[in-house]
Amino acid sequence: MKKIEVIQNVLEANETIASRNRELLDKHKVFVINIMSAPGAGKTSLILETLRRLKDRLNIAVIEGDVASTVDAEKVQSEAKAVVQINTRSMPESCSLMAAMIESALKDMPLDETDLILIENVGNLICPSEFTLGEHRRVVISSLPEGDDKPIKYPLIFVDANAVIMNKMDLLPHVDFDMVAFRNSVKGLNPGVRFFQISCKTGAGIDEWCSWVLEQAKTNTLNR
Amino acid sequence: MHELGVTENIVNIAVAKAGEAQASKVLKINLVIGELSGFVPDCIQFYFDTLSKDTVAQGAALHFETVTTELRCRNCSAVFRPQDTLWSCPTCGSQSVEISKGRELYIESLEVE
Repeated sequence: MKKIEVIQNVLEANETIASRNRELLDKHKVFVINIMSAPGAGKTSLILETLRRLKDRLNIAVIEGDVASTVDAEKVQSEAKAVVQINTRSMPESCSLMAAMIESALKDMPLDETDLILIENVGNLICPSEFTLGEHRRVVISSLPEGDDKPIKYPLIFVDANAVIMNKMDLLPHVDFDMVAFRNSVKGLNPGVRFFQISCKTGAGIDEWCSWVLEQAKTNTLNR
Repeated sequence: MHELGVTENIVNIAVAKAGEAQASKVLKINLVIGELSGFVPDCIQFYFDTLSKDTVAQGAALHFETVTTELRCRNCSAVFRPQDTLWSCPTCGSQSVEISKGRELYIESLEVE
């Protein structure tokens, strides 16, 4: 018997492809935001609202990740420059998008005519936190009905987020939600995070979010 | 729930390293897994048995060493195990903490013949 030292990260295969994606995106000057949340928190609604407000200023494409169906891709089709739907049911993992899935989606996209890609990850607070895709920013949406304890129950996804969005603010009078406790636990895990309170239903807070997206996309262009 | 791809990587790494060492059989794979990582050892084992079939890693024992979660307080730099669900610092009470250990997932070593 012989012992071989290995010390090799098991997630390295995904991370290698993610860096390759990032290089390709930077080469074509495309800024990418990975949007993650539990199912039903409002990823598709936020993408639609963002497209409506920013489509005259940026060429925006969308990558939709779902276990099955093209429901989300159909919803955003009319507003986006290009849409690619990934169905993870037929992939080695169904619970999250992975870098290899983005790599093949990018092959079908007009990168030279695209400024921003919004990636809608599979609705899940656990698995997407383990897999980087090559994105420039990671955004987590939480919504009032989910409760204020989500950062405590699913810390990893909040630790790596650049922005946390609280959606469905219009429901505030109807739910018991401790906003201070929520913000404190997010800020504790991730002091530099940007925090937004929005309602995709009333439109509250969306302009502020869109300004951030524009500003981030611009910073990135300046940096390269 | 997302162990299939990860287990594929484990098999690939083990087969490649065994090849480099000109080994004919992998007896044991020593893995290090953080408490906070979302990966479940039993699931990895389940997929491993199928994915390693007909490779030099077939029949290898998987050994998991769990790394317990360790946090570092950003306020007073105390290093501690989470004491409560809020992960607050037992020394100064701050809720501003970073994860210093617990997210690992790597192959530490292989035992081959």
